[in-house]
Amino acid sequence: MPDTSTLRLSFDGIGMVFPDGTEALRDVSFSIDAGEFVSVVGPSGCGKSTLLKIASGLLEPTSGSVNVDDENLGYIFQEPTLLPWRTVTGNVELLCELHQMAKEERQRKAQGAIDLVGLTGFENHYPKTLSGGMKMRASLARTLTLQPHVFLFDEPFGSVDEITREKLNEETQLLFQTEGFAGLFITHSIAEAVFMSKRVYVLSDRPGTVVAKFEVPFQYPRAPRQRFDPEFADICGEISKALRGGRYE
Amino acid sequence: MNESSNRSNHVSKQSSSPADHYLSRFHSILRNVLPPLTFGLFVIGGWYFISYVILDDKKRFLLQPPHKVLVNGFFDWGGRDGMAEMLQSLWSSTKVAGIGLFFAILIGFVLAVLMSQATTVEKALFPYLVTLQAIPILAIVPLIMFWWGSGQTSRVVVCIIISLFPIIVNTLFGLQSAEKDMHDLFTLHNASRFTRLKKLMFPAALPALFAGLRISAGLSVIGAIVGDFFFGKGEVGLGQLIKRFSSELQGEELLTAVILSSALGVAVFLLFTWIQNRVVGKWSDRAELI
Repeated sequence: MPDTSTLRLSFDGIGMVFPDGTEALRDVSFSIDAGEFVSVVGPSGCGKSTLLKIASGLLEPTSGSVNVDDENLGYIFQEPTLLPWRTVTGNVELLCELHQMAKEERQRKAQGAIDLVGLTGFENHYPKTLSGGMKMRASLARTLTLQPHVFLFDEPFGSVDEITREKLNEETQLLFQTEGFAGLFITHSIAEAVFMSKRVYVLSDRPGTVVAKFEVPFQYPRAPRQRFDPEFADICGEISKALRGGRYE
Repeated sequence: MNESSNRSNHVSKQSSSPADHYLSRFHSILRNVLPPLTFGLFVIGGWYFISYVILDDKKRFLLQPPHKVLVNGFFDWGGRDGMAEMLQSLWSSTKVAGIGLFFAILIGFVLAVLMSQATTVEKALFPYLVTLQAIPILAIVPLIMFWWGSGQTSRVVVCIIISLFPIIVNTLFGLQSAEKDMHDLFTLHNASRFTRLKKLMFPAALPALFAGLRISAGLSVIGAIVGDFFFGKGEVGLGQLIKRFSSELQGEELLTAVILSSALGVAVFLLFTWIQNRVVGKWSDRAELI
């Protein structure tokens, strides 16, 4: 488990204006320590995904700076982005391959990650035969093989059904417990954000900027029934209000 | 994480007896075979009708009836214009088509890869490829003869020119078909240009590449026969035979040669469909046909 006392990711006054003049982000600043799971919620098109692309180095911000160890970064895309011509094992081994890891080590790590996300027995299946939830698990496993210190999630569970989504939330939360990474989770589902996170930031409509910050006081690991706690509902309500009003009250 | 363990049971929900199974298999074969068979019988009936009812004795050579084509064309083995000679020509044309297709694939693949690596190359080459594609093959036959004579080389050149374009266009389309997120994934992990090509773009291109190959394979057969029709030196291919049969009014043999040509085209198409299903059938949603 990585050192839990260090800063893993920080945004300092991030602004992003695209070449076509669209201002996606304005003055976004916050930071995530090791072992913290943080969510960002906001309306569609507020620049949430842009923020992740900036964090990963795929995009350069037009102002401000990012501080992150980008050698040790995991990125979970909106879609599972599995290579259809590779089996589950082949897909999970991909990143180790790109990092020129030896074959035995690669296979060992892949099998470990597959077992961790519960895809044991599906190693030789091709993506087209898997359900949406299973594809997402394979995608998670692929990222887990590198044991990244920072995990970036770009609305990963948006396209699976509600029940699978809740289950994936619970499992991701457990993974976060055992692996101890710093997580930045982008979503537009308030319940999902509150259930998994230590902190939730609310972004305004475009240009996205942080309009509110909520601490979620519940202990980890969180049980599924936590969702029906009155305090849970209160926090969700507050976040919803902040999303609607665009003001921090 | 139980979701996974439940899945394998879904398929056999409506379990049925083996007898039912064979019956339904039989029905499905019947459904697939009966329509083309029926239509084929109508065509043969129409053929007899034209040969015997519409054409009188003097004009019957224009369309000899099916059984005569079989007897005088397919079952007449020896001698001049016999089946043995025709099969030799068929083999000659097959070789030309195969060699032409091989070079078309080689050139087409290299060009498509170059074009996929730099937009400038794509922009520079594309108009000329369209132009090359637009030239009627008959218009450049004299030039080809001028440059390469009228032997096997010229026949192969015709094959290459006629089958190159679909390979380039489809391969390029395939190479560019990998999703942006996948490219981002490779970028995030500092993949080299070659690794990206090998592990992402090339496999992603395979289904489209095969779609192009199947078209080009058929075209290369056409190229071989058209080329052979015009270039008479060296081995006699199906084109030369067709030319001779038509000038000597040998209706049965002419039809036989035509049928052999089209059989070659179909065979090549089926061969590439088979290879396609072997290579990408397991993972691609596309490779279902035949």
